[in-house]
Amino acid sequence: MIAILKYNAGNTTSVKNAVERLGYSCVVTDDPQVLQKAAKVIFPGVGEASTAMRYLKKRELDILIQSLKQPVLGICLGLQLLCKHSEENDTSCIGVFDAEVKRFPNELIVPHMGWNVLEVKESKLLKGISVVDDVYFVHSYYAEVSKDTKAICNYGIDFSAAMQKDNFYATQFHPEKSAGIGEQILKNFLEI
Amino acid sequence: MLKKRIIPCLDIANGRTVKGVNFVDIRDAGDPIELAKRYVEEGADELVFLDITATLEKRKTLVALVTQIASAINIPFTVGGGINSLEDAKAVILAGADKVSINSAAIKYPQLITEVSNYFGNQCVVVAMDVKNTQGNWKVFSHGGKTSTELDALEWALEAERRGAGEILLTSMNNDGTKNGFAIEITNTISEVVNIPVIASGGAGTMAHFKEVFQETKAGAALAASIFHFGEIPIPQLKTYLQNQKIPVRCL
Repeated sequence: MIAILKYNAGNTTSVKNAVERLGYSCVVTDDPQVLQKAAKVIFPGVGEASTAMRYLKKRELDILIQSLKQPVLGICLGLQLLCKHSEENDTSCIGVFDAEVKRFPNELIVPHMGWNVLEVKESKLLKGISVVDDVYFVHSYYAEVSKDTKAICNYGIDFSAAMQKDNFYATQFHPEKSAGIGEQILKNFLEI
Repeated sequence: MLKKRIIPCLDIANGRTVKGVNFVDIRDAGDPIELAKRYVEEGADELVFLDITATLEKRKTLVALVTQIASAINIPFTVGGGINSLEDAKAVILAGADKVSINSAAIKYPQLITEVSNYFGNQCVVVAMDVKNTQGNWKVFSHGGKTSTELDALEWALEAERRGAGEILLTSMNNDGTKNGFAIEITNTISEVVNIPVIASGGAGTMAHFKEVFQETKAGAALAASIFHFGEIPIPQLKTYLQNQKIPVRCL
């Protein structure tokens, strides 16, 4: 069973639909026992960092996420919350990735919204993805490039488009909204 | 590099697409799901669904349709038409829409932009504005272009941004339906000044019109309806053309 974390950030419908289209059954839940027993956990997110972290901390879901041993996939805000700290309302985050989340500079059009390409390093998650494959981004904050970065995207500056450390995988883009390429990436994750 | 987006717009009435289509292998041209899937296969970057007869009693039909669209397609889509409250926006977004487009309701009650933006984030809020040039001034019209307002187009765009819009869908009524090209001047003025993406809309008739709007303005996307529905400009052909013109687009 694939578990999709239910919390106050987001639209879990699209992620659930995408997982189901690939033929996997999944459940949207905040039940710690279900999350711990799941084969894989997806940590999606659309929203604001401090509100999301407050919600997670209140229910000790931040500690639970950190303790998970199965493959975990953070998406968008999910990636940012797995970092150490976000500039968005000066928020202390979960800290799996040793990286800082910053706002795009004011001279850029923000949000970074639309299709952009990846410069992929060695990565199980992004297996088969090439430099010409576009994926869909929509975000105003980004994780800086760090040792856990597995793919870089450039929008005015280089930022982490995908990250991985141990069993924690994350994408800043939305695989569930990235047509066939996104489907391939989700399939890669589900097959890890 | 961030790509310029090509966005087909589907007008929906009572859960069916209107204006018809002539795609050869579509079984039911009025079925929005069939048409949406076709556009995804062709490489559309996003889709917009506008419920043009949205009334209270039709709301449930729309939400059911959004649920079906969300399970059938894997690219972002926006739903607009009759989104009058945070509750309306919630119903559509929780059913799986990525963004809502607000038009007349935002003019009547600008705080709605802020309410939806605070609840879901600004990336979910598209403010659609229908503008018309009368005596050299670009003014905003509401209620599907039927009602004039005193709002100046540029000022309204800036206010929408300030209130939390994540994107502006700018339709020039002077150009809409003419197939003479997008309204370059006002699209340029607004996209230069706001700091959020602008979708140019109204007037697309040839592939060169898309090139023009992307070369001469900062619009991040261009939207059209009939030229795509009637197969006058197939999306793959348009993308190849734009790529050859050195405009960054996503090609499959």
